[in-house]
Amino acid sequence: MPVRGVAMTDVTSRPGSGGGGGGGEAPDAVHVTIDGRAVAARPRELLIEAAERAGVYIPRFCYHPRMEPVGMCRMCLVEVSGPRGFSLQPACYLRVSEGQEIVTASAKARKAQEGVLEFLLVNHPLDCPVCDKGGECPLQDQALSHGPGESRFVEEKRHWAKPIEIGPLVYLDRERCIQCARCTRFADEIAGEALIDFAFRGASIEVAPFPTRPFSSVFSGNTIQICPVGALTAPAYRFKSRPWDLEQVETTCTTCSVGCRVVAQSSAGSLVRYLGVDVDPVNQSWLCDRGRYGFEAVGSPDRLTEPLVRRQSGLESARWHDAIGEVAAGVRQALAAGGAVAIGVVGGARLANEDAYAWSKLARTVLRTDAVDAQLGDGLPAPLVLGLPRATIDDAASAKVVIVISGDVREELPVLYLRLRAAAKAGTALVECSPVPTALAELAAARLTYRPGEVAELAEALVGGDGAREAAGVPAAEIMAVRALIAAAAGDGAPAGSGVVVVLGRPSLSESDAPASRAASVLHAALPGARFLPALRRGNVLGALDMGLAPGMLPGRVTLEDARSWFSEAWGTDLPESAGPDTAGILAAAASGECKMLVLLGADPLADFPDAELARAALAGVPLLVSLGTHPDASSRVAHVVLPVAGDAERAGSTTNIEGRVSRLAPKVVAPGVAWPAWTVAVELARRLGADLGFDNLEALSAEVERVAPAYRGLSADALTGPAGRDGIVAPVDSVAVSIGTRAARRPIDPMATPGIASVEEQG
Amino acid sequence: MAHLSEENLARARRLVAVYPERRSALIPLCHLAQGQDGWLTPEAMEDIAGLTGVTPAEVHGTASFYDMLHTEPVGRHVVAVCTNIACMLDGAYELLEHVEERLGVGVGQTSADGEWTVEEAECLAGCDAAPCVQVNHRFFGPLDADGFDRLVEDLASGALSSDVPRHGVLCRVERTVGLLAHQAGPGAAGPGAAAPGAEASQ
Amino acid sequence: MITGAAPIVTRRVGLEDSFTLERYLETGGYDGLRAALATSPEAVREQVDKASLLGRGGAGFPAGRKWSMLRAAETTYLVVNGDESEPATFKDHLLVERDPHQVVEGTIIAAYALQVRQAFIFCRGEFALGLERLQQACNDAYEIGALGDSIFGSGFSVDLVVHPGAGAYICGEETALLESLEGKRGFPRIKPPYFPAAIGLYGAPTVVNNIETVSNLPWIVEHGGEAFSALGHGTSTGTRLFALSGRVARPGWYELEMSKTTFRDVIFDPSLGGGIRGGAELKAFIPGGVSAPWFGPDHLDLGLDQDAVGAAGSMLGSGSIVVMDESTCAVRAAWRITRFFSRESCGQCTPCREGSGWLEKIMARIEGGQGREADLDLLMDACDNIAPGVSWPPQQTTICVLGSSIPSSIASAIRMFRDEFLLHVKDGACPFGASR
Ligand SMILES: Cc1cc2nc3c(=O)[nH]c(=O)nc-3n(C[C@H](O)[C@H](O)[C@H](O)COP(=O)(O)O)c2cc1C
Ligand code: SF4
Ligand code: FES
Repeated sequence: MPVRGVAMTDVTSRPGSGGGGGGGEAPDAVHVTIDGRAVAARPRELLIEAAERAGVYIPRFCYHPRMEPVGMCRMCLVEVSGPRGFSLQPACYLRVSEGQEIVTASAKARKAQEGVLEFLLVNHPLDCPVCDKGGECPLQDQALSHGPGESRFVEEKRHWAKPIEIGPLVYLDRERCIQCARCTRFADEIAGEALIDFAFRGASIEVAPFPTRPFSSVFSGNTIQICPVGALTAPAYRFKSRPWDLEQVETTCTTCSVGCRVVAQSSAGSLVRYLGVDVDPVNQSWLCDRGRYGFEAVGSPDRLTEPLVRRQSGLESARWHDAIGEVAAGVRQALAAGGAVAIGVVGGARLANEDAYAWSKLARTVLRTDAVDAQLGDGLPAPLVLGLPRATIDDAASAKVVIVISGDVREELPVLYLRLRAAAKAGTALVECSPVPTALAELAAARLTYRPGEVAELAEALVGGDGAREAAGVPAAEIMAVRALIAAAAGDGAPAGSGVVVVLGRPSLSESDAPASRAASVLHAALPGARFLPALRRGNVLGALDMGLAPGMLPGRVTLEDARSWFSEAWGTDLPESAGPDTAGILAAAASGECKMLVLLGADPLADFPDAELARAALAGVPLLVSLGTHPDASSRVAHVVLPVAGDAERAGSTTNIEGRVSRLAPKVVAPGVAWPAWTVAVELARRLGADLGFDNLEALSAEVERVAPAYRGLSADALTGPAGRDGIVAPVDSVAVSIGTRAARRPIDPMATPGIASVEEQG
Repeated sequence: MAHLSEENLARARRLVAVYPERRSALIPLCHLAQGQDGWLTPEAMEDIAGLTGVTPAEVHGTASFYDMLHTEPVGRHVVAVCTNIACMLDGAYELLEHVEERLGVGVGQTSADGEWTVEEAECLAGCDAAPCVQVNHRFFGPLDADGFDRLVEDLASGALSSDVPRHGVLCRVERTVGLLAHQAGPGAAGPGAAAPGAEASQ
Repeated sequence: MITGAAPIVTRRVGLEDSFTLERYLETGGYDGLRAALATSPEAVREQVDKASLLGRGGAGFPAGRKWSMLRAAETTYLVVNGDESEPATFKDHLLVERDPHQVVEGTIIAAYALQVRQAFIFCRGEFALGLERLQQACNDAYEIGALGDSIFGSGFSVDLVVHPGAGAYICGEETALLESLEGKRGFPRIKPPYFPAAIGLYGAPTVVNNIETVSNLPWIVEHGGEAFSALGHGTSTGTRLFALSGRVARPGWYELEMSKTTFRDVIFDPSLGGGIRGGAELKAFIPGGVSAPWFGPDHLDLGLDQDAVGAAGSMLGSGSIVVMDESTCAVRAAWRITRFFSRESCGQCTPCREGSGWLEKIMARIEGGQGREADLDLLMDACDNIAPGVSWPPQQTTICVLGSSIPSSIASAIRMFRDEFLLHVKDGACPFGASR
């Protein structure tokens, strides 16, 4: 490859994604027999999991592969050999031991299982026809596969008042609850906030929030997803659809930049539900509520459905042809006026990678500007972020030490918070650096409360060779303690910083990005072994940066200088002389009149740019303001031309998360009105200006990205759609062949673990 | 702003201190709160959550598991009639019927004046005095209808007030010593003087 | 005939002020502890082994053996179980109210023998008076130096916390008791792996002993293990406190030499039960708490012997004997016991939570005259799904023994009084005209 990407300093192989079954027998295998067949189990593996890998499905309710077993529901009873002969034992709770015999389908085991199922149905209402779960209900399914034939229960069933709203996003129907404690365990064990718990005793047990405090949590939707019956339901989904009417596709959530894999389900052409997919390296089946219910905005009535052009009377609907004509005219005037910042392009963090690439190329080759920036003064400099050795989420989850320098991870990157929580419980030492405690505080091995703006001083003290000293308001003792952690993480021999992952974001918008940037450089310089996980939160901001929507950067994590010749060759034209200004600079130029045309790619500076005053001056001052978006916002309301584009679940493409993991976006519904994918707008605008971007379909576009963007080598559409791409693929791939080939396929979908998801293997 | 009184907060801290882990004090603290309010108010549960390091939902979930902890208001006198096997064989259900009539409230209900709550209890371990009854967890039995009527009069007249404190007051003898020096956690400071006769609950 | 063995744990209870420190000291109080401290912990454990003291909480496991199973660890705990809630059992109630110091002294001796530095007495919350007397005894013990740092100058230090329960039968089950003591819902833990001696309170090795069990220790240490095992016979040694209730003339507690005394003695001897009230006929009796299968008149001559009763298909359990006479409706008795279990099921596991309620509803329907003959098979089969085989000791689909004990009374009633059930079905009413 003719150029070296700045990020290509460290692409050594990462820990495997863990899921799936290993090939040959491991040396530490535990030998058991399941239904007469010899099985090599993993040490301390649960019987239910060993059996499942051996192709024997044992019925279950309370067991969930992502939570500690409790052995409560007793559905998984099997006969197990022991010192005193065979006895019925819960397969979800007992761990394998050498020589153990397990019988899952003997008359005795079957009777126990049928007995438990009959008991579960004793008080369960017969309202399946009107139950959201009807048709995708593990209780229904297992009643058929492992239940008694007919019911012998003639007594009065237990009665509860009908569904109650236990939280803003959760309804509880106590009559349907089978007391498996999945929801309460999730709240406590996984989310770490026991806002619901079992209350009362025996048959009166109910799931309950505190009487005066509703169950409102960033993660409440997960309890609904894992409820094996229709006890917990979502207002957003109740009575919306029947499972058999659902169409679904697997895609990626771009609400934040963690990039959780989801199944998007639609009914009668509109989205009705998102479910988390168990992707081992990323979300492990969990989602946050913002991501889970974000789809409601997709179908919202206030969507932009047609181009708008400002006339005397204000914004009026127009045909694409005329709207783009206006923009093209503006481009010509701006270019005629000249100047490096004649045209500025701001935003793009909500676009798909392909959209971002098209606009990145359009800006450099047709709009002739490098004044492009996907970040709104709320992130970190792209060269820094893309240049640091990158960590995966798994790296962080398995690191000895994780130093967190960012805003509140639970608020900004919720599912990353869950992964870090689990890591802390498993022994990773979290070092929370923050002026104010965040949700991570209670789990942190060390809390360093530094004076706002002095994070760089703190970083220097954490790595500084000199003796113990107070810094940034943090006592010397605390600093020395963390230094000891960092030293211990590397162990002897390894380069300093090995075993350390830094979660790097913008601690606060009230200060510039300088302190955090300096802190990062300091840590990187002193701890060459440390890796960094960027905590920039906007949906696809890292994809946008990767595609070159940042001043001085070009697609594939390369700088303008480094890659100038490569790209002028690839794009068949010369490129801007020097790196352009960032959003702050662009807005300043607009305010001063230097910038003649400003394009907003789904960005809303009036609402989001930290310096609201400057944003207002800029949008008021610029002669032509063009806004591409899915919904009207403060900035588009003052724009001269507003162009409606397709959003999540409406267009195909790919997205890139904080790890640099590239995964597919799949369409499930059609965009409203005449909205276009953003990349086609770029293509059309180029054409109207007499230029040709070199692609007029998505295939050609993504093929070009794979061809010309260094860090995206090997990330062909085929690779991403193939089995190896199912969990997404982290860019850059060290060696295309190897890394695509060796990434383990995800565990098969367990209908009990994620009720509601029909196999998504063949989907998307 | 704590709901528990200063005095009870001090007791609460001493209670927390005698256990190796503070959550162990959760149930004793619930008794303490009932001793103050007669039942377990949400405000008290929030205090207890803070003292034991769990969420209010967990305090409520735990407390509601136990029959003696009332997360709804109850009367000053909680009359529990045992109807389990031994007492049943000696006419407990007939006595319970009489109790409901005499007090004018059914099982699980509280009289309008907030004086009486009637409960059907499981075995109270007073089977040698069957049928046996507890009022605020003080024993009476064997009782027949007349015996119960006389008991009600004595309770109403206050003749028994020293033996039968208001509902919620359980153990009026407080631990008077702290833990061993080597085990004492923060706040385990010793002698929390027992106020004899004072309505301190465990 | 009843042997005239002198009482051991009820030596003092007759005395007006038996619960006071003064009286306790006057009657040899804390001599046992002093004697124990004068010897080594091993020596104390040896005496308890010799005594072959069986646990008095229900399971009847030898205390010495249980102690020897305590996993060695930095921190270990002793928890004394005073949650006494097994229906018709009222012996621990007597001991905490009438001789709380003996409970405290026994606890300290056990702690010394086990070298445990932190002990708890979990006392049933409904025993308000008992709690006050236990706490007072505990305070007194600290005052005289029997608790705290270097007790009686021995160099051995131990703390004792009196912990109140809050009303839940299941918390008598040792692992539920530990959960409750940790400030949680009384959900029993799954065994394996949660055997208290291995993984107990806060995960540390823990010995759980019943109140009556430890109340025997002062006497055993003073008189020696042989003196104790000289009483009784076989594994059932010493005396035991029996709680007699139901249709007998003289219900109450009786401390009797084990094995030598028979059920007939307890129920009919004039100095004990004094026979059935009004000279009626004995119909059946429960030999060891309502978890135990019932016996009929033909079992009257069994000795109060753990092994003998076990061999006969039931258990001495908590040492409580409930007597039913000809006026007792077996269906109603079994229904009430089933109702108890459904009200007390912790609700954690399905067969017990749902099964107990279902069985209770069926029993109530039959007692109310709405039964069908087919219900008998249904009852037995549902019982079989909770305790496969419906035998004793039970197998279980449940987490703890509460669940698998539910079938005892139903199966007993059906096996012994099937006609009575059918009569309910045929008449469409309870032949005994029982009210509710
Ligand atoms: C449902 C259930 C209830 C129990 N209740 C009590 C009780 O109230 N008191 C008690 O000492 N043991 C009770 N036990 C037995 C305890 O689990 C434990 O075996 C006993 O306390 C050990 O003490 P011991 O060895 O001295 O008998 C109960 C067991 C079960 C299964
Ligand atoms: S058997 Fe009953 S009491 Fe025991 S754990 Fe199961 S539900 Fe709880
Ligand atoms: S007990 Fe094993 S799945 Fe519930």
